Amino acid sequence: MKHIKTLTDATLKNTVKKGGCGECQTSCQSACKTSCTVGNQSCENQK
Amino acid sequence: MIHQYKNNGYNIVLDVCSGSVHVTDDVTYDVIALYETCSGEEILSKLSPVYGREETEEALSEIEALKEAGQLFTEDEYESYITDFKQRKTVVKALCLHIAHDCNLACRYCFAEEGEYHGRRALMSFEVGKKALDFLIENSGGRRNLEVDFFGGEPLMNWEVVKQLVIYGRSREKECNKNFRFTLTTNGMLLNDEIMDFCNKEMGNVVLSLDGRREVNDRMRPTRNGKGSSYDIIVPKFQKFAESRNQDRYYVRGTFTRHNLDFSKDVLHFADLGFRQMSIEPVVASPDEPYAIREEDLPQILEEYDKLAVEYIRRKKEGRGFHFFHFMIDLEQGPCVAKRLSGCGSGTEYLAVTPWGDFYPCHQFVGEEGFLLGNVDEGITNTALRDEFKLCNVYAKEKCRSCFARFYCSGGCSANSYKFHGKITDAYDIGCEMQKKRIECAIMIKAALADAE
Repeated sequence: MKHIKTLTDATLKNTVKKGGCGECQTSCQSACKTSCTVGNQSCENQK
Repeated sequence: MIHQYKNNGYNIVLDVCSGSVHVTDDVTYDVIALYETCSGEEILSKLSPVYGREETEEALSEIEALKEAGQLFTEDEYESYITDFKQRKTVVKALCLHIAHDCNLACRYCFAEEGEYHGRRALMSFEVGKKALDFLIENSGGRRNLEVDFFGGEPLMNWEVVKQLVIYGRSREKECNKNFRFTLTTNGMLLNDEIMDFCNKEMGNVVLSLDGRREVNDRMRPTRNGKGSSYDIIVPKFQKFAESRNQDRYYVRGTFTRHNLDFSKDVLHFADLGFRQMSIEPVVASPDEPYAIREEDLPQILEEYDKLAVEYIRRKKEGRGFHFFHFMIDLEQGPCVAKRLSGCGSGTEYLAVTPWGDFYPCHQFVGEEGFLLGNVDEGITNTALRDEFKLCNVYAKEKCRSCFARFYCSGGCSANSYKFHGKITDAYDIGCEMQKKRIECAIMIKAALADAE
């Protein structure tokens, strides 16, 4: 495309089918302890 | 839902519900802003005088192609999915063990009130800790990875029990088909070679508390007797520890307050000290504290994040990059929707355990007697409270339903919501503004680094 550069496509929707296994890290066990950040975590299923 | 913003010369368009991220030119950016409220003809008549008819038509057709592909203007279809997901039987997968309600520093902003959590000083015994690990194993269902954070107060004041619990946990892994991921959060005062060696073998992550520049750190993190500099004691130890872990699997973690609103300098100070993994978080404090962040401080804070992002990119391009926790974002292989919408798991998947074995929804609720959930002997006894936390997700929070950031912060921190609004389904508004800016910066950094490739 000439006008639009796509950095990432519809990744979220694809996770509905196979997501929710719960093996990923609890967010407050990483570094925060006072906020809640999940966007920077990785999916255990794709490792 | 679309969220569009300009940052550092980039026009960024987030299609919130699909997770798609686009970088556009000016004409496309302006067309997207009008797309949902104007017809094609109206858009052309408004923007052709600025960009020319041909360019505007091209932009429109590219937008329509992406809409067709499900990458622009998608709807939020996850509400029923997440409600079903949250109603499933939950398991416990993570514990925050308050191994010591005591501390050898006297940090002014400590939510644990210098380690004591509105209660008495106490150390967790091995027996209580062992029962907590047994509870975790028994209540974790089919979940294999179990997380245990040694927290305080200062956990190194009860180091022998930490070691015994790690050894005990490891001894049960094989028979139970579990894998413990131990972590430690420490202020570093008691760190020595023996502790570092043990942590390097056994701890998947260590969180090292330090606030940045010496004067900033020592102002808020004084020693118990007020003499000397905690910075001078701690920094060489942390530097050695980080190197011994190959600059990986740790975070130097600080808190910024109203006293250092120029906190980007503290982040860069960490980088200049040689650290590669770091986080600095805004203090969460009662508004009457002099160091509490006020609404009027927000413009300066948001600008600091922007400044930090620009320098972050510069250093990365020069080959001397570092990781800032809140600028890390995984656009390709990040968490699934279920994780993004269901929150941090406090009160259900994640529990805090006091030295005497009581359960609370998380470390920040410890000492709030209304939030007592149970204990290591009887398990979860306050199931009504647990269920309240279980149903706490993005769609239970009115402020979050229309916020673009909901897939990145998962509805924010329940404890912060409770502190500022008296209920867990609200949001800490000042925290939200900072969170949104961090997400915008994190995505802009991705755009800038993709541009450099």
